[in-house]
Amino acid sequence: MENLEQLVQDGLTAVKNAESLQALDQIRVEYLGKKGVITQQAKTLGKLSAEERPAAGQKINEAKGRVEEAINARRASLEEAAIADRLARESIDVTLPGRGQDLGGLHPVTRTLQRIEQFFGNAGYTVEQGPEIEDDYHNFEALNIPGHHPARAMHDTFYFNPGTLLRTHTSPVQIRTMEAGKPPFRMICPGRVYRCDSDMTHTPMFHQVEGLLVEKDVSFADLKSTIEEFLRVYFERDLQVRFRPSYFPFTEPSAEVDIEWGREEDGSIKWLEIMGCGMVHPKVFEHCGIDAEEYRGFAFGLGVERLAMLRYGVNDLRMFFDNDLRFLRQFR
Amino acid sequence: MKFSEKWLREWVNPAIGTQELMDQITMAGLEVDGFESVAGAFTGVVVGEVRSVAPHPDADKLRVCEVSSGDGTVQVVCGAPNVREGLKAPFAVVGAVLPGDFKIKAAKLRGQPSNGMLCAESELGLSDDGAGLMELPADAPVGQDLREYLGLDDITIDVDLTPNRADCLSLRGLAREVGVLTGEPVEEPELTPVPASHDEKPAIAVDAPAACPRYLGRIVRNVDLSVATPLWMVEKLRRSGIRSIDPAVDITNYVMLELGQPLHAFDRAEIDGGIVVRMAGQDEELVLLDGQTVKLTPDTLVIADHAKPLAIAGVMGGEHSGVTEKTRDLLLEAAWFEPIAMAGKAREYGLHTDASHRFERGVDYELARSAMERATALLLEITGGEAGEIVEVVSQEHLPEAARVTLRSDRLNAVLGMSIDVARVEDILTRLGLAIVDQTGDRWTVSVPSYRPDISIEEDLIEEVGRVYGYNNLPVTEPVGSLAMRPAKEAVRPVSAVRNFFVACGYQEAITYSFVDPKVQEILDPEREGIDLANPISADLAVMRTTLWSGLVKTLEYNQKRQQPRIRLFETGLRFVKDGDGIEQRPMLAGIVTGGQLPENWANGRRDADFFDVKGELESLFSLLGVEVRFAAGQHPALHPGQTAELVLGDQRVGWLGAMHPQVQKKLDLNGTILMFELFLDSIVSGYVPNFKEFSKYPEVRRDLAIIIGNEIAFADVDRVVRNNAGDRLNALRAFDVYEGEKLGEGKRSLALSLFWQHPERTLNDDEVHEFFDRVVNALQEELGATLRS
Repeated sequence: MENLEQLVQDGLTAVKNAESLQALDQIRVEYLGKKGVITQQAKTLGKLSAEERPAAGQKINEAKGRVEEAINARRASLEEAAIADRLARESIDVTLPGRGQDLGGLHPVTRTLQRIEQFFGNAGYTVEQGPEIEDDYHNFEALNIPGHHPARAMHDTFYFNPGTLLRTHTSPVQIRTMEAGKPPFRMICPGRVYRCDSDMTHTPMFHQVEGLLVEKDVSFADLKSTIEEFLRVYFERDLQVRFRPSYFPFTEPSAEVDIEWGREEDGSIKWLEIMGCGMVHPKVFEHCGIDAEEYRGFAFGLGVERLAMLRYGVNDLRMFFDNDLRFLRQFR
Repeated sequence: MKFSEKWLREWVNPAIGTQELMDQITMAGLEVDGFESVAGAFTGVVVGEVRSVAPHPDADKLRVCEVSSGDGTVQVVCGAPNVREGLKAPFAVVGAVLPGDFKIKAAKLRGQPSNGMLCAESELGLSDDGAGLMELPADAPVGQDLREYLGLDDITIDVDLTPNRADCLSLRGLAREVGVLTGEPVEEPELTPVPASHDEKPAIAVDAPAACPRYLGRIVRNVDLSVATPLWMVEKLRRSGIRSIDPAVDITNYVMLELGQPLHAFDRAEIDGGIVVRMAGQDEELVLLDGQTVKLTPDTLVIADHAKPLAIAGVMGGEHSGVTEKTRDLLLEAAWFEPIAMAGKAREYGLHTDASHRFERGVDYELARSAMERATALLLEITGGEAGEIVEVVSQEHLPEAARVTLRSDRLNAVLGMSIDVARVEDILTRLGLAIVDQTGDRWTVSVPSYRPDISIEEDLIEEVGRVYGYNNLPVTEPVGSLAMRPAKEAVRPVSAVRNFFVACGYQEAITYSFVDPKVQEILDPEREGIDLANPISADLAVMRTTLWSGLVKTLEYNQKRQQPRIRLFETGLRFVKDGDGIEQRPMLAGIVTGGQLPENWANGRRDADFFDVKGELESLFSLLGVEVRFAAGQHPALHPGQTAELVLGDQRVGWLGAMHPQVQKKLDLNGTILMFELFLDSIVSGYVPNFKEFSKYPEVRRDLAIIIGNEIAFADVDRVVRNNAGDRLNALRAFDVYEGEKLGEGKRSLALSLFWQHPERTLNDDEVHEFFDRVVNALQEELGATLRS
């Protein structure tokens, strides 16, 4: 019993010096195992009197407890070190770029069209499509632009033969939609249109969105609010909008729409022409078999590239169709 | 239409500034496109008079002049060829500042003192003419400030008129409009008929009264066209963008600008017999005033004499009968040509003239006589001469009738969305010259004046009222409509889902022209004939695309030439293919890929995209859309014969995927491996609505096998044989390795497969699986000659 304390001290020193979990396990066996030197001390109890035995037994248990505790503590610290070591080995440079595909992007015209479709879709407009190779009737005649009409000269039409052409606007889809259905109508038609014109500010193909609303009771005031709201939602600004009398053969009254776009030197508003609109001309209704006394409608048309240029600060229309990746990648 | 502000204000002079005037015109629908000063910015320029001219002692081309500027005479050295004694010309005194901030100082030119400068028009920003000094009239008051003398503190306003407002192609029309807007009175010039002072009357026969319902002619004798057109007229013409030619032409142009009636003056001496207004004969020739010879077509109205055509009616006169300085007697023409007969005629001959522009849009059909009187009066005043009687040939039945249009108050209010005061409506109508001929209850019937042929229906009146009332004064209300829901097919995916898929796969969307280079298309799609444009913008945009590849390969080339080695593009849009007598316009989806499959970086390596990369992307797309598209070996002229797949849905071919054929690539001068696909977009967006099926809770059993097969046997064949023999418990079949190598021998490859079985209601036992497996192996051996690889 006299050397019990010495055994404990030896054990504690061994635990302290143990450098691995394995070594620590050996120490446990050596001191606390069945044949461990401290466990073995219990054999000495037999030599003691019944009165002395409980106290001596308790001492041995205490001694075992102290070594056990030291082993556990040492194990915890060795395990921790092992984890820390593993973590250190597994460290990576998280600032290196990731693996895999990068993202492409939508063409800015598509991006713009999708926004426009969303705004009008939310207001209950359907999206309609029509042919791009059109006949003269749908592109002109039905829209109240007969063969001799001076407005035809404004259109610079691409022809295949005298009756077949590339649509010069998305307005023929108005006609096709009205021919095919029954009022009321609330629709937009986004799409490619073509004019035989190419310079700094014209490309022979561009995109328009045509809109049409036909109801029993609709007025120019409704048209005004629709256009104003659209432009404010599109530009996400409370910009000023003005309506200027204009002329389109398929609407009467007709208007050009200008938006506030900066200020002149004298502080007055700089106006920018942005789109055209008007109340559906009775002749157009007549061509589509709709009673103009019963129904009224408004229509509008806007140039998508122009809206995209203003929104994204693109300064050259032609870039939309060069499809230069350095341009396209800017619209993710 | 260009006009001077000062000239307009001679007609109507509202008490508003220039900017406000332009704003009002714009807001009335006559859009002001721009404006510019009628002269450059200069000060210190007066009317000068050259008193004497002497040679310069040391310079052949310079003259030493004495110039009077009102207060005294100074010496000026001048190099202008037209400097001469007695000439009156703009004189910039010492201290003057000319356009471009050019200060005039006392100087010496080749040793001779020069105190000021005599000016050409170009030096004052009046025109481009810098050939000589600007010559002022003899009665110009020496010393008067030139700006004041010429009224140069004026601007030219350019209005962009819509084709319906032909009535505003004149000062009178514009003034009328400004009068309506501002309520100011409009001053009409005095139009008194000129009495005949001789009795020669032109013989006029109108053979085409439908195209020419009204024709007026008058002979003016003994004019002197060598006189100068008065400066005030030259200036007004200049400010409207018209160059002065000679007094006769200037006067006709002036009256056209002033009143809107195009006029023409013929040289009487060149007219054989009388005037015949008729349709041209086939291939009749006429030399026009601009010198070009045109072959006329029979649907062209001409003004002819008894022997030959003299002019294309309403477009341009002929050279032969045109007036010259020597012309003594004129035949003055004023006519009304029917707009539909005039439409497009000028364009057919490659012409566009001030006259044709007006006649096509519609001239006031009651204007010809007063315009002729106005022109005659000006002629007599400026060129002298004696006027004859006007001969007028009219076909009343072919003239338009004054339209009567009824406006209903309730309709007006419903269309505009507000109730406009009755008195206000009447005021607007009346001011517009729309005389109210009947008013019953809430409706007005108006008589439309001859100068507003654009007004013919009620909506036209509604627009007029709204326009004058001011569009911006009309209310703004939100439309009210039905909130009914619309059906939408869940199985049909929006095209936006397809686009977003490709964006996520690293593709950039392109939008290329629908018309393409026929040479490129011929290489890519030689078997289909494209649809040619009759009037292409250029030879390389001349045919409609039969495949979206035609545009995409050009885009690829464009970007490869700009150092872009890695290109992934897709496009959606119509292709155009002849379909019997019709045209099939079908929406397509196409893509083109070259360069690294992944962006190059430390982790991605630098492997170029190959067939299976793109195939994998398309497979994902089809699975997204819920369509089962098969890939079968195929042949396409643009694609590599060993790397081409037909895409098949059901029993329909819906597209192609492949590597570009090396020869095609060489012809198109493109680099690297290029993969392309194209699909019918409308075929693949229709998938299915999910329908839940119970799944098995029991374990899945996997068995792998490796077989050696001949190269000619497609994986699809192996797949089919396995599925036919593996029993209905087969859940999945996966190829996890494909190997070709010398060890296997020529023409052989090894294929490693994993098969997965699962029973819905119990655990499969080993014996069952063995049986399935053996059956598969035997079938592969028997049907495909496969050998099991150990």
